[in-house]
Amino acid sequence: MEDKLVIGDVVLESRLFIGTGKYSDDKMIPKIIEKSGAQVITVALRRMDFEDKSENVLNYIPKNVRLLPNTSGARNANEAVRIARLARAAGCGNWIKIEVISDNKYLLPDGYETIKATEILAKEGFVVLPYISPDLMVAKSLVDAGAAAVMPLGAPIGTNRGLKTKELIQILIDEISLPVIVDAGIGKPSDACEAMEMGAAACLLNTAIASAEDPVLMAEAFSHSVKAGRKAYLAGLGSVSKYANASSPLTGFLDSIENC
Amino acid sequence: MKIILNGKKENVQENITLMDLILSKNLNPDTIVVEYNLNIVKKEEWSNTFLKENDSIEVLRFVGGG
Amino acid sequence: MSFYDEYLKYKNFNFNKFFSSVTDNQIIKSINKSKLNIEDFLVLLSPKASNYLEEMAQKAHKLTIQHFGKTILLYTPLYLSNYCTNQCVYCGFNCSNKIKRKQLSLEEVEAEAKAITSTGLKHIIILTGDARKIATVEYIKECTRILKKYFPSIAIEVYAMEQEEYEILVKAGVDLLTIYQETYNEELYDKLHVKGPKKNYRYRLEAPERACRANIRAVNIGALLGLDKEWRRDAFFTGLHAFYLQNLYLDTEVSISLPRIRPHVGSFKPGAIVNNRDMVQFMVAIRLFMPRIGITISTRENSKFRDNIIPLGVTKMSAGSITSVGGHSNKDNYTGQFETSDKRDVNQMKNAIYKRGYQPVFKDWHAI
Repeated sequence: MEDKLVIGDVVLESRLFIGTGKYSDDKMIPKIIEKSGAQVITVALRRMDFEDKSENVLNYIPKNVRLLPNTSGARNANEAVRIARLARAAGCGNWIKIEVISDNKYLLPDGYETIKATEILAKEGFVVLPYISPDLMVAKSLVDAGAAAVMPLGAPIGTNRGLKTKELIQILIDEISLPVIVDAGIGKPSDACEAMEMGAAACLLNTAIASAEDPVLMAEAFSHSVKAGRKAYLAGLGSVSKYANASSPLTGFLDSIENC
Repeated sequence: MKIILNGKKENVQENITLMDLILSKNLNPDTIVVEYNLNIVKKEEWSNTFLKENDSIEVLRFVGGG
Repeated sequence: MSFYDEYLKYKNFNFNKFFSSVTDNQIIKSINKSKLNIEDFLVLLSPKASNYLEEMAQKAHKLTIQHFGKTILLYTPLYLSNYCTNQCVYCGFNCSNKIKRKQLSLEEVEAEAKAITSTGLKHIIILTGDARKIATVEYIKECTRILKKYFPSIAIEVYAMEQEEYEILVKAGVDLLTIYQETYNEELYDKLHVKGPKKNYRYRLEAPERACRANIRAVNIGALLGLDKEWRRDAFFTGLHAFYLQNLYLDTEVSISLPRIRPHVGSFKPGAIVNNRDMVQFMVAIRLFMPRIGITISTRENSKFRDNIIPLGVTKMSAGSITSVGGHSNKDNYTGQFETSDKRDVNQMKNAIYKRGYQPVFKDWHAI
């Protein structure tokens, strides 16, 4: 059966998006991309440090993989828009992950500024994937603003705590017509699997792989778990009967009164 | 003359272009993006862009991120 | 985009084929899901699912208590006018029926309000026929202005209007629109509505969403069960319509009524007899599908049936209903729109609800 993820007008086979931050050595990135099967990779844009002689991260990313630059560092919509335009000018396509964080304590995204930035960038032809708290009203506004997907957090970024916001993400999956991609907080392959079983369109993760003892092996584990979760979702989960016939029936009266 | 490069004051020769500046820093033009006085300047225009006193230039590149 | 587009998606759906393919396993699964989709709802409406009525009722009972508590809101209709320009073959106000026509003066409206207030009721629904030149928007607005002094909640059940007209009435104090599509079967609808403005299927179909856009607090929709010989189809479309409205207008409260056709003046033969079991199946299926939806049962139903469905999902019932114009304060014998079945007065109704272990509620809302 065909089961492809469509974002903007791009058809993807893989439902695992991965980040490129926090690796002990960027040289392992190609191997991680290969083992994860990811076709979408996030990168960040930073001011050049002229003293830093390290290799450019793009050199480790195969050309057939789609880059998803993020706007990390942006504290408001204007800064996010500025970063997005710079990222596009760098010649890496028109996808952008909007990440507006004005809270340095929990690193939670700013919904209002994210909506503003999405509106501006979608009009300029960007394929906008905003990172949000799983808030239905924010997500609905993003649909109207022209987002290509919404990316709710499972738990605060970098915490590896799993799907703490499960109930709220489920509401987004049920109510939002765009792909819902769970971003941030996923710590274990079982978390990613659970998100996919719930009907998430994809998972984006970084820290869980980068901070593993063996990141390459963990990338492979996530690849399997995302596929397993997706298949379970498509197969339709079974359920356990909870409403057996009660001793005091509620419908018994139907036999004792005239029928209409 | 003085310019501001990535937030720091820097002394450069008169009449140099953006391209001259980038090459003088040993940067690969294909992996960076340049903002000149808050406007994005395409690579093709770097050679025609002559720097002036007090210009502000930001050179950015991609790094790992999530 | 309107509900009509949604309707068209299912208009030619082969319901019978779907129903005959429903398996026991599917039914059990749909009942036990924590969140049902539109297909689950259809599974629960299948003839086969009536074998699982008790299981569905148990869950419907739990969900209703969870979301509404053990309460039943009471309201009563106030008929303002029975002038009508429509010929709806099933209706007592049909303009070809030779009945006495009347429209209450504003003084009479106030007298009705006083009579209803004396029973303790606080929620009313005002009704007119479809004669917008006689029972004008302005007239309904003036009535609302008077009734506001007596009732915290005023619902309207009148002809389909423009969004701007709904806005006028919302501003005047109307907080709920009740409008029934009667039948979602477009061809049958055309046959049943011989002439008059109501003949425009789509205009009526889209009326609830016009009211939602006018920022009304709540809408109540329904089909007159028994018009279509396939009541399950109308039940399905009612659920689909409610689901559509709820998804699109999150700030509007959506509820449904389950009226089934009653004897009235005229010689109309219903398309189907919808029996008690069918009514219960529809009620519990919609409760499982939309756990927070309000469900209204009128005095078209008899007292035994009404008492027994209290634990099953109903949240709102009419009481002390009189379906003729001016009947609350004046015993003149005008013809009613339909014959009520549960003739108990408000006090008797209150006691019947207490007897079931539920609390009758007279007011659950007050705009400030």
